[in-house]
Amino acid sequence: MPKVTAVIVGAGLAGLSAAYLLAKEGIDVLTVERGEYPGAKSITGGRMYFLPIKNIHPELWEQAPWERHVVKEVLTMVSEHSSLSIEFFNQKYKGQPYHSFTVLASRFNRWFAQRVAEKGAQIISKYKVDELILDQGKVRGVIVGGSRIEADVVIAADGIMSQLAEKAGLRDKLKPQNFALGVKEVIDLSPETIERRFRLGTNEGIVQLFVGSLTKGMLGAGFLYTNRDSISLGIVLGTRDLAHCQPNVTPYEILEEFKLRPEIMPLIQGGESVEYSAHVLSESGIKGMPKLFGDGILLVGDAAGMTMNIGLTVRGMDFAIVSGALAAKAVVIAKKQNDFSAGILVKYQDLLKESFILKDFITFRHAPKILANPRLFGEYPQFACEMMEKLMAVGEKPKEKLSTTVLKQLKNKHTLSLVKDLFSMRRV
Amino acid sequence: MAKVNIKDKLALDTYKLAKESHLKVNQELCKKCEGKCCLSVCPAGVYTIDEQGEIRIKFEACLECGTCLIVCTHNAIEWSYPRGGFGVQFKYG
Repeated sequence: MPKVTAVIVGAGLAGLSAAYLLAKEGIDVLTVERGEYPGAKSITGGRMYFLPIKNIHPELWEQAPWERHVVKEVLTMVSEHSSLSIEFFNQKYKGQPYHSFTVLASRFNRWFAQRVAEKGAQIISKYKVDELILDQGKVRGVIVGGSRIEADVVIAADGIMSQLAEKAGLRDKLKPQNFALGVKEVIDLSPETIERRFRLGTNEGIVQLFVGSLTKGMLGAGFLYTNRDSISLGIVLGTRDLAHCQPNVTPYEILEEFKLRPEIMPLIQGGESVEYSAHVLSESGIKGMPKLFGDGILLVGDAAGMTMNIGLTVRGMDFAIVSGALAAKAVVIAKKQNDFSAGILVKYQDLLKESFILKDFITFRHAPKILANPRLFGEYPQFACEMMEKLMAVGEKPKEKLSTTVLKQLKNKHTLSLVKDLFSMRRV
Repeated sequence: MAKVNIKDKLALDTYKLAKESHLKVNQELCKKCEGKCCLSVCPAGVYTIDEQGEIRIKFEACLECGTCLIVCTHNAIEWSYPRGGFGVQFKYG
């Protein structure tokens, strides 16, 4: 096989984004995907924020297979027998440019790959990259099924478990406290049913996050995303907490119990589960990121640990698309100088630093530690629900003043830690 | 805790089954492990333990998330993705 300028490993969002841009620039690029087709191994919750990617490949987004544009954001605190939701609806979200879209990753990437192929970039599927071609630590291509494919640069877009990041010595051993496992079901429902049940207009969507007793004291959350004609329903659990949970519990038991909650059952009633999937994501922010480049190699998307959880918002797909595009830009620069050494590829990191990507990761660098507070998943949702129950109660006995109810509840032992924790959140 | 037969969940998904397992364990290292959390963390129920105390691997069910590799503190798991074109194939994602 003749030498190519760039080999991209993985036809997920980040890989395809890089391939698309390189093809537009007329640079020879080969994308190698291990799945049966691009998207076969792609999973998201999920929701993509649109504004950060609006100007990257803008001609594409008109026709992209977005599910629903999100008009309602709901945060639900969950206790054993009750829940308290804060629902935010914004009229601004109803019109263009849309703030965010729910997506189905496999569907999306299959479509994206076709657009990339149309631009002239070659994508081969069913091929797993086994090894890097290493020449004294410098990456010179990949080995696929025993064949050597030489390349000036390898863009590792091979996901959160990136084997290439490890083989290139860019990443340390994976630690349980740095990751979370998401498990989800896609449940078919007609668009009319979804719009009726969630009080949405045509093609409008909702994103709902659940935190509290559903994760049995473990770091994590439940999520619900409305797609065109299905709901993505799932849970995320910190892998360290999941590994240490006593008694042992499986992620699918947690998901099932979540589905059986009275708040959830009516929403998915009559729906047929059509897919069950799992995906690991980085929860360690910038501290857990691998080195992003080396001689002849760049890491993008999940392979670069680019997912961010700041409690209220969860992001990854916008980072994937933009990091792929910036990696492509760096390759274009390197090609002009015919120099793909680390000294030139550092330009990729510079571009990331100038963009919202590393800026946001630095702004929110304290979030992983602060959000790993077990009280956020145990006591506080419970506290909020109890407070609400007491405030709303009208019983046989005379009702006390609301202010008395609140003060009594605040005398609770949690108040001091709540104040301390709220104070620590100034760093998020 | 809700009773779930994981087979019902996995039956929703399409797989192209390889002949050989892409996952292996070192049984000697596994015997030293008390927690054996691989048995419960896997979203596909790949790992079970038999009467002889050996870990059995149902690689056919694997959803390729990587959780087992991340949580195994004994480095007992030899982990890789399945052969190109094999394993689970998501349609929705």
